Amino acid sequence: MSITPGGICKPGTTISNKTGGWRNFRPIYDYDKCTKCKLCELLCPDMSVLEREDGYYDFDYDYCKGCGLCANECPVDAIEMILEEK
Amino acid sequence: MKEIRIHGRGGQGSVTAAELLAVAAFADGKFSQAFPAFGVERRGAPVQSFTRLNDKPIRLRSQVYQPDYVIVQDPTLIEVVDVAYGIKDTGTIIINSEFNPENFKFDSNAKVMTVDATKIALDIIGRPIVNTVLMGAFSAATKQIKPESIANAVKNRFPGKIGEKNAEAIEKAYSITMEATV
Amino acid sequence: MAILREADKDKMTVVEGSYAVAHAVKVCRPHVISAYPITPQTHIVEELSQFIADGEIPNCAYMNVESEFSALSALVGSAATGARCYSATTSQGLALMHEVLFNFSGLRLPMVMTIVNRALSAPINIWNDQQDSISQRDTGWIQLYAEDIQEASDMIAQAYKISEDKDVLLPAMVCMDGFILSHVYEPLVLLEEDLTNEYLKPYETNYKLDPKNPLSFGAFADPSSYTEFRYLQQQAMDKAINKVEEAADEFKELYGRYYGGVIDTYMTEDADIILCAMGSIIGTLRDVVDNLRSNGKKVGLLKVRAFRPFPAEAIKQAVSNTSVIVALDKNISIGLNEGALLTELKSILYNTNLNMPVIGFSIGHGGRDIPEKTIEDIVQKAENVIKSGISHESEFVDLREDLI
Repeated sequence: MSITPGGICKPGTTISNKTGGWRNFRPIYDYDKCTKCKLCELLCPDMSVLEREDGYYDFDYDYCKGCGLCANECPVDAIEMILEEK
Repeated sequence: MKEIRIHGRGGQGSVTAAELLAVAAFADGKFSQAFPAFGVERRGAPVQSFTRLNDKPIRLRSQVYQPDYVIVQDPTLIEVVDVAYGIKDTGTIIINSEFNPENFKFDSNAKVMTVDATKIALDIIGRPIVNTVLMGAFSAATKQIKPESIANAVKNRFPGKIGEKNAEAIEKAYSITMEATV
Repeated sequence: MAILREADKDKMTVVEGSYAVAHAVKVCRPHVISAYPITPQTHIVEELSQFIADGEIPNCAYMNVESEFSALSALVGSAATGARCYSATTSQGLALMHEVLFNFSGLRLPMVMTIVNRALSAPINIWNDQQDSISQRDTGWIQLYAEDIQEASDMIAQAYKISEDKDVLLPAMVCMDGFILSHVYEPLVLLEEDLTNEYLKPYETNYKLDPKNPLSFGAFADPSSYTEFRYLQQQAMDKAINKVEEAADEFKELYGRYYGGVIDTYMTEDADIILCAMGSIIGTLRDVVDNLRSNGKKVGLLKVRAFRPFPAEAIKQAVSNTSVIVALDKNISIGLNEGALLTELKSILYNTNLNMPVIGFSIGHGGRDIPEKTIEDIVQKAENVIKSGISHESEFVDLREDLI
């Protein structure tokens, strides 16, 4: 791959950079507690909270860095951060 | 090459006069160059502008140090500025004044001429704007630029009635000065 | 190489330098102009604003901004969309643009900016020298210097051609001396619209900001690739040397006017002394060379048109038979006591078999006038160098001892 003038490149380069590997703690939903309030989806800095057809959410573990922002902010404590097994 | 220095006060149109002399001279077939003594001038402060005339393209970019002709738009400047500075002994100093040339003494052998440009301007243009009037006098005194060329340059710059009146004033100053030079 | 002007007086008109430049910009059909007024550049942007207001530049936006920093920043975005861009500035305004100058050239975006050369504060001074553009030497911009207003306006079209060339893609400064050229009235041929349409094709690029075809601009380069970005910029500058020559040759072919390529020479073939300079001082130097030649003194003139890319090979050829080279610089590197031309001339001659002395003079700072006598005195000093070697390698000219 050679450098284009000024380093101009196709968009979406972050897709190839799977940051899930950076994670030490993995977020897990407790769907019994979840109220579908959307706060986790709005706050996730990596767009790693994906809405399901039933209105609940899944995490995109390819990109979730395990920052824990969602768990910290969840108003009903429906997200638990558990240690990754590596 | 002939070099002209114009002394005036900020707002009297000295720079415009230098430019229009350059435009008129070029229309006559000469090469020309006009530029102000660049400064942070204010209305009323002493200013200078310069015009060069030559048969070939002008390359020199320095200021004018030994002018062939000096035009003084405001006689009160003579007390403040050495208007004759560097003028060639064969040169001419044209002063806007109601007095005769004998009233002006300079440390130079240059010829002194006066024209009451303020009166001509007030009579014809209705305002004491003397830059164009003195260009008419310059034409007659030096024969360097045709009076029609000067009038055309002025009319092009100031279209309409103002240009016409200025052209009339130029003609008047030209004929008065021609009589004085005979 | 001689200056070639088909003195077509019928086509000439007497206008101010700033108007001539604004007119040239107009016929080069820019899409975006953004500038912040500053003396002595003001007349150029006033004329352009008037053209825009009168509808004389179709398909062009004039962006009003609150500073020079914003003006150039706005043009980074504009140029990235494939727009042909123009700005003009001077002195403090150019200094304020410093950071964005690197962005422009690093992004490999073309544009043309007139620099109406002026001294820098402090002390505050609105008059001419070339410290402003010389201080931006290493920003990756092409720098061309004009001798008179015909060249300053014609150079706009040449600069667009060079800057937009696919092998170059670097922004270009066209430098003209403040007041001396920006405020002078003299006859010239206003850049011809029909010929310019032929000379300057529309700028086309495969890389542009377009919502329908998104691309990332301003990418990050870590240590694994940053070096290569700089290397590629240097390669583009190397290629620009020939492009400057080609742009001048094509211009000559089409318009019949020529001012040199990367350099111009005047009476250098048999010269014992070669004066080397840039900008409006060249006109005065031509007169002095003629005068001295008529007195039997073998003096020649080397005009540097392109300061970046620096025309090392062309200069080496031009000076190869001379006895002494004199650099005249309207700028100084304080702490080295040398103007830029002196430094560059010495540097390109080192490691070669050319070992004639090179001396330099700091001249025309802050608008100090340069009479012919001053140049004649400098030539006298150069003659002394031939006779008895260098006594002062670099010195200030016309210093007023009464003030020191």
